[in-house]
Amino acid sequence: MPDTATDRLKADGRIVVVGASLAGLRGAETLREKGFKGSLTMIGDEPHEPYDRPPLSKQALLGMGSAERTALPRRRDIDAEWRLGVAASGLDMAARRVRLADGDEVPYDRLLIATGVRARPWPNQAEGELDGVFVLRTREDGAALARRLNAGPRRVLVIGAGFTGSEIASACRERGVEVTVAERADAPLVGALGGVIGAVAAELHRENGVDLRTGVMVTALEGDATGRVRAAHFSDSTSLECDVVVVSLGAQRNTEWLSGSGLGAGPRGIACDAGCRAFDIRGIVTDDIFVAGDVARSPHPLFGYQFLSLEHWGNAVSQAETAAHNMLSESTERRPHIWVPAFWSSQFGVSIKSVGVPSMGTEIMITQGSRAERRFTGVYGYQGRVIGAVTFDNSRWLQFYQQQIEATAPFPPPFPTVDRRPEGQKPLPADFPDPSLPTHGPTVTLSGYSPADRRMTFHPAGH
Amino acid sequence: MLRLVVDLNRCQGYAQCAFLAPEVFAMHGDEGLLYDPQAQDAHRARVAQAVAACPVQAILVDELDMAATAPGAPGGAAPAAGEASDA
Repeated sequence: MPDTATDRLKADGRIVVVGASLAGLRGAETLREKGFKGSLTMIGDEPHEPYDRPPLSKQALLGMGSAERTALPRRRDIDAEWRLGVAASGLDMAARRVRLADGDEVPYDRLLIATGVRARPWPNQAEGELDGVFVLRTREDGAALARRLNAGPRRVLVIGAGFTGSEIASACRERGVEVTVAERADAPLVGALGGVIGAVAAELHRENGVDLRTGVMVTALEGDATGRVRAAHFSDSTSLECDVVVVSLGAQRNTEWLSGSGLGAGPRGIACDAGCRAFDIRGIVTDDIFVAGDVARSPHPLFGYQFLSLEHWGNAVSQAETAAHNMLSESTERRPHIWVPAFWSSQFGVSIKSVGVPSMGTEIMITQGSRAERRFTGVYGYQGRVIGAVTFDNSRWLQFYQQQIEATAPFPPPFPTVDRRPEGQKPLPADFPDPSLPTHGPTVTLSGYSPADRRMTFHPAGH
Repeated sequence: MLRLVVDLNRCQGYAQCAFLAPEVFAMHGDEGLLYDPQAQDAHRARVAQAVAACPVQAILVDELDMAATAPGAPGGAAPAAGEASDA
């Protein structure tokens, strides 16, 4: 067997993974699985070994399991040097070195960047530092919020009715805690799923005793003399007494450490090709720097080759596996990351799941079940093809619609389906909000090509 | 402790795991699943059964934990049957 550069890399190369969460861990495991025998360094800013985040807004708040005990299971021993609790602070692409916050430098032959996202903080820093004001992203966030809910607050205010905010509100109600949800849009989840589904989500909130306030913004948080939050003020001039506030305004990508490095990184993430190789700021793809997980954005042939940023658990796993494979492969052996977006949420006793890119949809058709029964399948159409699907307690249908998306099948579906109700006879406008108005629904973002581009380019309903 | 994670994209709420290892897995609503990400050692064998019996093979347990426990040993578990995400 010829001793190629790839063979030498596999035998005694140096691979550095920046980001020690789900994508970083699964990437590292895949590297070892693919026969990488060189040195592997895992760099993570949090002091913990990789842990799972979805339980932090579900089990951990409901008292089933705890926020401190969600460490991710390992598929295999990765035999790595762990540098935990120290953030990467810079990248020298020419010298192939990662700088750490403690001043150390780590050289690499291949680099995998999986630095993910962090919770968007409350914009007023002093208000955000009031006792009783939380965000929810890390283990510490989850543990602190769970402790406060255990103490029996009088009223919780959740700012932002995306998936995380809705799950927190659901956990509060399940525990008998009074909760108000404030959302700038007209309904929960509209950014991710549109107004037709948002209306169902709003009913779920209200039926379960959530004081849901839509079309309003929180303009100020007020503390008492001891620095504890005691009230919130709204854009409609009302105010609310509350002793816990959870700021759930989506996420920010952890790319600041790359500024000035020459890598194509910005507020929308790190641009990479379908093979997970990062672009530099000149738009030239790098050979030795790969990206995976929430921080990545990459073109997808099923969705017009637009760059997709996905804050999805499954994407982190799949993209990390593909990146790791490609890091150890000759160019002709590389694989594209063409995972079809998929996510889940669990709130108010309903399992909500989605595939594809619903936010591209201009129409939606309820192909199975009934919104009133909270058990249905909604299929999204875009330019005459199926582009996404959502289910409420109807997840067995998703795999079929995923195939329809992959096959660019026609919309509306030309066949009758079992359990079709009168409401499902015709497509409805999907009713996504004007994309120039930001909502806090996380998950899928389609964006332009510039790393600094904040423009949303998906198409609103009716345009 | 036995670390585990369920790929909830794959899970379709068959409830087989909640039937076999109710101390670790619980249905929440008709299709939703909650689970303890770190199961007690005492529940190791039941978790292994749940892993093996999941119709969509959505449960991933820690391979290192499982390898450390010999099959058939006192309190031991069957070998892990599969990984959550082999796609």
